[in-house]
Amino acid sequence: MKTASARKDTLLQVLRYVGRYKGYLAASLVLCVITVASTLYVPILTGSAVDLLIGPGQVNLDGLWPLLMKICALVAITALAQWLMGLCNNRMTYGAVRDIRMDAFRRIQRLPLSYLDQQPTGDLVSRVIADVDQFADGLLMGFTQLFTGVLTILGTLFFMFSVNGIIAAAVVVITPLSLVVAAFIARRTYKMFTLQTQTRGEQTALIDEMVTHQKVVRAFGMERETQRRFEEINGRLEKCSLRAIFYSSLTNPATRFVNAMVYACVGVAGALVAVSTGGITVGQLSAFLSYANQYTKPFNEISGVVTELQGALACAGRVFDLINQPAETPDAPDELKRVDGSVTLEDVCFSYTPDRKLIEHFNLKVSPGQRIAIVGPTGCGKTTLINLLMRFYDVDAGVIKVSGQPIRGVTRHSLRSAYGMVLQDTWLKAGTIRDNIKMGRENATDEEIVAAAKATHAHSFIKRLPDGYDTVITEDGGSLSQGQKQLLCITRVMLCLPPMLILDEATSSIDTRTEQRIQRAFEKLMTGRTSFIVAHRLSTIQTADVILVMNQGNVIEQGTHEELLNRGGFYAKLYQSQFQQA
Amino acid sequence: MRSLFPFLKPYRKECVLSPLFKLFEAVLELFVPLIMAAIIDNGIQARDTGYVLKMGLVLVGLGLLGFLSSITAQYFAAKAAVGFAARLKAALFAHIQRFSYTELDTLGTPTLINRMTTDMNQVQTGVNMTLRLLLRSPFVVVGAMVMAFTVDSRAALIFVALIPLLALVVAGLMRLTLPRHRQVQGQLDRVLLHTRENLTGVRVLRAFGKQDDETAAYEADTQRLCDMQQRVGRLSALMNPLTYVLVNGALAALLWSGAMQVQSGALTQGAVVALVNYLSQILVELIKFANLIVTITKAIACAGRIETVLAIQPSMAQPAQPMDAPAAAECVRFEDVSTRYQNAGDDSLSHISFTALRGQTIGVIGGTGSGKTTLVNLIPRFYDATQGRVLVNGVDVKQQDMDALRRKISIVPQKAVLFEGTIRENLLWGDLSATDEQLWRALETAQAAEVVRGKAGGLDEPVEQGGRNLSGGQRQRLTIARALVKQPEILILDDSASALDYATDAALRTSLRQMEGGATVFIVSQRASSIRHADLILVLDDGELAGSGTHEQLLKDCPVYQEIYYSQYPKEAV
Repeated sequence: MKTASARKDTLLQVLRYVGRYKGYLAASLVLCVITVASTLYVPILTGSAVDLLIGPGQVNLDGLWPLLMKICALVAITALAQWLMGLCNNRMTYGAVRDIRMDAFRRIQRLPLSYLDQQPTGDLVSRVIADVDQFADGLLMGFTQLFTGVLTILGTLFFMFSVNGIIAAAVVVITPLSLVVAAFIARRTYKMFTLQTQTRGEQTALIDEMVTHQKVVRAFGMERETQRRFEEINGRLEKCSLRAIFYSSLTNPATRFVNAMVYACVGVAGALVAVSTGGITVGQLSAFLSYANQYTKPFNEISGVVTELQGALACAGRVFDLINQPAETPDAPDELKRVDGSVTLEDVCFSYTPDRKLIEHFNLKVSPGQRIAIVGPTGCGKTTLINLLMRFYDVDAGVIKVSGQPIRGVTRHSLRSAYGMVLQDTWLKAGTIRDNIKMGRENATDEEIVAAAKATHAHSFIKRLPDGYDTVITEDGGSLSQGQKQLLCITRVMLCLPPMLILDEATSSIDTRTEQRIQRAFEKLMTGRTSFIVAHRLSTIQTADVILVMNQGNVIEQGTHEELLNRGGFYAKLYQSQFQQA
Repeated sequence: MRSLFPFLKPYRKECVLSPLFKLFEAVLELFVPLIMAAIIDNGIQARDTGYVLKMGLVLVGLGLLGFLSSITAQYFAAKAAVGFAARLKAALFAHIQRFSYTELDTLGTPTLINRMTTDMNQVQTGVNMTLRLLLRSPFVVVGAMVMAFTVDSRAALIFVALIPLLALVVAGLMRLTLPRHRQVQGQLDRVLLHTRENLTGVRVLRAFGKQDDETAAYEADTQRLCDMQQRVGRLSALMNPLTYVLVNGALAALLWSGAMQVQSGALTQGAVVALVNYLSQILVELIKFANLIVTITKAIACAGRIETVLAIQPSMAQPAQPMDAPAAAECVRFEDVSTRYQNAGDDSLSHISFTALRGQTIGVIGGTGSGKTTLVNLIPRFYDATQGRVLVNGVDVKQQDMDALRRKISIVPQKAVLFEGTIRENLLWGDLSATDEQLWRALETAQAAEVVRGKAGGLDEPVEQGGRNLSGGQRQRLTIARALVKQPEILILDDSASALDYATDAALRTSLRQMEGGATVFIVSQRASSIRHADLILVLDDGELAGSGTHEQLLKDCPVYQEIYYSQYPKEAV
């Protein structure tokens, strides 16, 4: 649970965001006072009007007119103030929400990958979307209802006591009853709701798993077993949902019951006072009654608002947690200039967590135009090297230099644009095929795009898509096959022709024939360009200038194909297993 | 909407009783102003303390009775809504489990999950609120008007004028805001997409230095969302002030005409107070009703989405009279098979014919999109051939009972999927009655025994959702073991060894060969080494059979096979 001081910090930060809309906040508060005061004044005027209608022939029509005029004027003022208050609150809330979202997004763009890699994407997305939304709802409700509620209660009490102290006292005595009832129900309901949430979570997990992998369920004929498990959870959920919903739905009747009691109490007490002392007129009693009708409402609203505000604050806390994450170290001002393609790693040490050492005192010298192949079993840390070269992560010790310039001394942008990168995890953005290809060079002409696609053999399948290059693909490729997505990623790099290449198992799900064609295109691309290639297929890297053999995060062997084979070590074993007879 | 009603049928009693009790409560509430009027006119003006106390007790009694009937109504509503949702959910889940691969491909997983969860909850709330409030609010509004008539018919005319005006305002604002709310929701979805995209693609976006462009695009999207919200907000903010003005305008009119009536002796002071009370009851109900309409509209939209899924008929039917297909020497036979995916322009497979004999190993090799997976998916009838026949044990798969057919076949899909539970529970998917000894034998064959032995819990080692706590290679070996537990007649390995290193891949193939029972094995692969020792190799190229035969034959006269083989085994290395 969050400490009190953390909650206070969150609150302060909320106030800073709301503070940008100081004018609206002040206006909203003033309008709120006007609305509440005039709303509460109308029953008094109505009461006075009723008092003028004593009986046949005793009606004071001359006195009634000004009263009615007053009522109409007040109503007009109330309505206007209410509307303007709504507008102010909207401005403030939606504005603050927009500001928070933008800040969160800007921060995401500058967060180090070491943070982003650790956070599940879904969690971050729900912070920026769902949490901010819930925060907005809570904030809006908080502003409108909390303030209005408190003012209404105070105003009502003031008016009631100013009209008649005895009856007002009777109302005040009954007030705690409403609070006790609400608290009692809330406690009961909370337990049931927790159980409901848990069971619902269990069911969602099952649905998620079984629907996602429905094809496996089908292949093993497990439909009946799955249905049985589903219905077992469904039965439990039905039971606890019924209780949770029923208990929570008691609040409304219960408070209305308390309201009815207040109403009866006011009616009887008022009538008795009127009968015995005449200390209250019928009109005043009618005003009291309409107060009684709405008196307990703000109490319920306030208790609702408090939970809502607590929730909103918790949500805000989660977003702020993201916004307040330290950004990556600022860029050095210099641009990376004159990239000749030489890369050196000098005594590089790196690990993701301090207690698990990974790369230690690693040295590598790459001359311009060389091909570096990185091989090793799955999970051996090949991507770690890419993370360091692209400066997605910073080294713990040692220096990486490109063209003699330490990469920490130049801007990340200039370093990264010197590389063309194709990752194993093919990522495409929602948009047209064309947009995706020209991501690296926004000003590329159509001819250049088609030429690049032809070079990577992507042109033929793009041509066959419904709208060709203008076909819109959904987030992450959607209907395209894995191989097609990979071809697009390769085309993307082909178009910008950077001086160095990083290919991370780029061709693993493309068949060897297509891969061969791509290899030929790459061969063209790679001449004169320094390339780092990660691949499972040993045949594709036999021509590499240097092979780095990695295992469990470390570079364990380094040399050419022949050297490594002759050494008879890890690489030789890996290589030979390819030709083992089945 | 209508097709969902049968799910409410078992709760017919609840559906009638709940609104009924609600209405009873409303009636009781409507009596309150009348009693108050009586207290004023008879109690106060006649100075009768006993009468005041008696009527006070009646008020308390009414409140208590209303409370009890309201609780009863809430219970019935909750029971009907929750029961309805539970039944509907079970039915939808069962329905999804009858979908063929074609429907699953078209609908997509996220859609189906949303229907089962979010949409269901909305519908449940909708039913609950409808039963509780849909009748109540209009009833109170109209009831207040009727009661006004019993008090005084001339004053009641004000109510008659007021109610349509209020209805107009509420309905008009609803009509204006609802489509705009949907637009806001759509824009919010875009913002969400944008956020997620930037997280999943963070490496690529940074590699291309797109942070500033993305931020600018995001800010434009968020700004548009904010503008849309403001526009809807401006309209919604009109609701309260407008209804307030109308009701209080009516109040002023009521006081004026009431004054006239009292003057002439046609009306008492208490009656005027009662009429004023009815007006405020109308105002309270109206606000509730507006909220209810929003909830119901949402629920109807969600119900519509559930209905569309329920309305989809599985495209693949069981044969009317299934034929038995006992083990035969000719295990799998394709006769001029072509197939096309729904909405695809071209055939994925065209004119494929081959025969696989019992106990043979069949290799399937070819480029991406050449139709390898499609071919093997036709054997357990996951999809139907659009032309030609697929025969298993000499009988067309379309004439066999689907469950019986699939019991004969084990498939290890490309993506290694394990379920939450223990390793044992996962392996038992192959055969619920398998003994531990059988499980271990399958694990040995699949080269997965060492994986399980390395775990502290052995077979009872927990598997997290999606098998997150296992490496790719471990998952793959376990899925192979799971398929072997079934002891199938036909085993299909759909590129299942891609996450295994070469040594493990080779050991796996060796032990599959030595496996007893003589299953027919289909191996789909992009590695020539995986299939080169198969009895029959099918070479696919763009959906067509470019060649079939043994490794030696193909190497001699199939150019496509040669190209694949030599790209992996440079000539000098062989």
